[in-house]
Amino acid sequence: MKPPAFEYAAPASVAEAVALLDERGFDAKVLAGGQSLMALLNMRLARPELLVDIARVPGLDSIEISGGCLGVGAMVRQRSLEFFPGLADSHPLLLAGLRHVAHPQNRNQGTVCGSLAHADPAAELPALAVAAGAELVIEGPDGKRSESAEDFFITYLTTTLEPAELLVEARFPLLPEGSGWSVQEVTRRHGDFALAGAVVTMRIADARVADPHVVAFGVGAVPLRCTAAEQALAGAEPGPAAWKEAGALVSEAVEDPLDDVHASASQRRSVAGVMASRAMEEAAARA
Amino acid sequence: MGERKISRVTVEVTVNGRRQSAELEPRVTLADFLRVELGLTGTHLGCEHGVCGACTVLLDGRAVRSCIMLAVQATGHEVTTIEALANEGELHPLQQAFVDKHGLQCGFCTPGFIMAAAELLERDPDPSEQALLETLGGQVCRCTGYEAIIESVRDAAEKLRQRGVGPLGLLAAALEKKAAPSGNGGGE
Repeated sequence: MKPPAFEYAAPASVAEAVALLDERGFDAKVLAGGQSLMALLNMRLARPELLVDIARVPGLDSIEISGGCLGVGAMVRQRSLEFFPGLADSHPLLLAGLRHVAHPQNRNQGTVCGSLAHADPAAELPALAVAAGAELVIEGPDGKRSESAEDFFITYLTTTLEPAELLVEARFPLLPEGSGWSVQEVTRRHGDFALAGAVVTMRIADARVADPHVVAFGVGAVPLRCTAAEQALAGAEPGPAAWKEAGALVSEAVEDPLDDVHASASQRRSVAGVMASRAMEEAAARA
Repeated sequence: MGERKISRVTVEVTVNGRRQSAELEPRVTLADFLRVELGLTGTHLGCEHGVCGACTVLLDGRAVRSCIMLAVQATGHEVTTIEALANEGELHPLQQAFVDKHGLQCGFCTPGFIMAAAELLERDPDPSEQALLETLGGQVCRCTGYEAIIESVRDAAEKLRQRGVGPLGLLAAALEKKAAPSGNGGGE
């Protein structure tokens, strides 16, 4: 058998899941869709003593629009969100981003919240969450708390989640009226993790860029919110000159990108800027 | 790592229309359960970390990687494997198309390709080029190149459209027929 031995629990409520996590601490691991965890187990890179499968907890698979947000429960499969009726109108950014997440065969099983909690910096969902200003609802032994996606990611595969805490919902604010959006990335094959990518949203008001959000991914330890690029874009006249300048600022903001056989650090830095410029152009055209 | 307690879980799952129940270690993957416990070796194991797609099966009609899924996760669900496709010796249109259009050489990846294609064609009988490539892009073949595989799935789609039935619709009808009591005891 490929995975190491572990115990398995399928709690029937969030409280029960949290109690199990609280009792076992770092020795327990949450299993949702398993598309990252199971690979780690098969390679024995992770050796938890207990898996807490939250798939049997009722109510965690709901997708709902309320309070100006799209709420995605902890067990919502990426594919279920992709097929959520009206997503192309209610949250086109998420739809565009989800299509880049692995392959349909993985999205059928993988969850949105699982990808956020796993926090791979080359994954699309953490970047989408930061760009959209998502709020993450977290339940632990002391009750519920909420945290912005921007504060949630600490470094590679590490978030502010405590061992006894469960990410129960991700709340993605709907884009403001008239927003444009774009997700651009370079991968070896469609569906692979990004070598470098960018997510951009913006509005155009009085022929000027308004409310720009620029996030690069695959180029550091966490999704990179590029405030310098956002500041340069805000109030700028839409056009190639603005995109080029802001894209260069994205490259500059990339500090210590991965350097490996797939792409060198300098290539990743450069590609991140180009992806950001292209994303700005596309977002502006849609705004 | 020290000694670990070996725990057991009960897995109850419907596979190709049959209820199956087993006591297993929780770490048994769905792929190993199908292959080792049930003898359904048509589901192949390649990379065993969710990349190559050889182990693709349907879970409630959705294509999933059975190598990165625990058998216990499938409890209460319906699993469909490549073995369910042929009906009394007659190949399923998807299988026949792979023969007709030379969509396989060594055949190792074929069950995964066919199960992934089955989900796609059930959802969309006339998929766009992009949808076809996105779905098949999640499966790896190391022999034929992909042109013949794409052509096979297109051919199957056309034949299924002519018959006015989806790949899984066809399957459901065949399984019902198998499950129905008959005089000559057809066995499996």
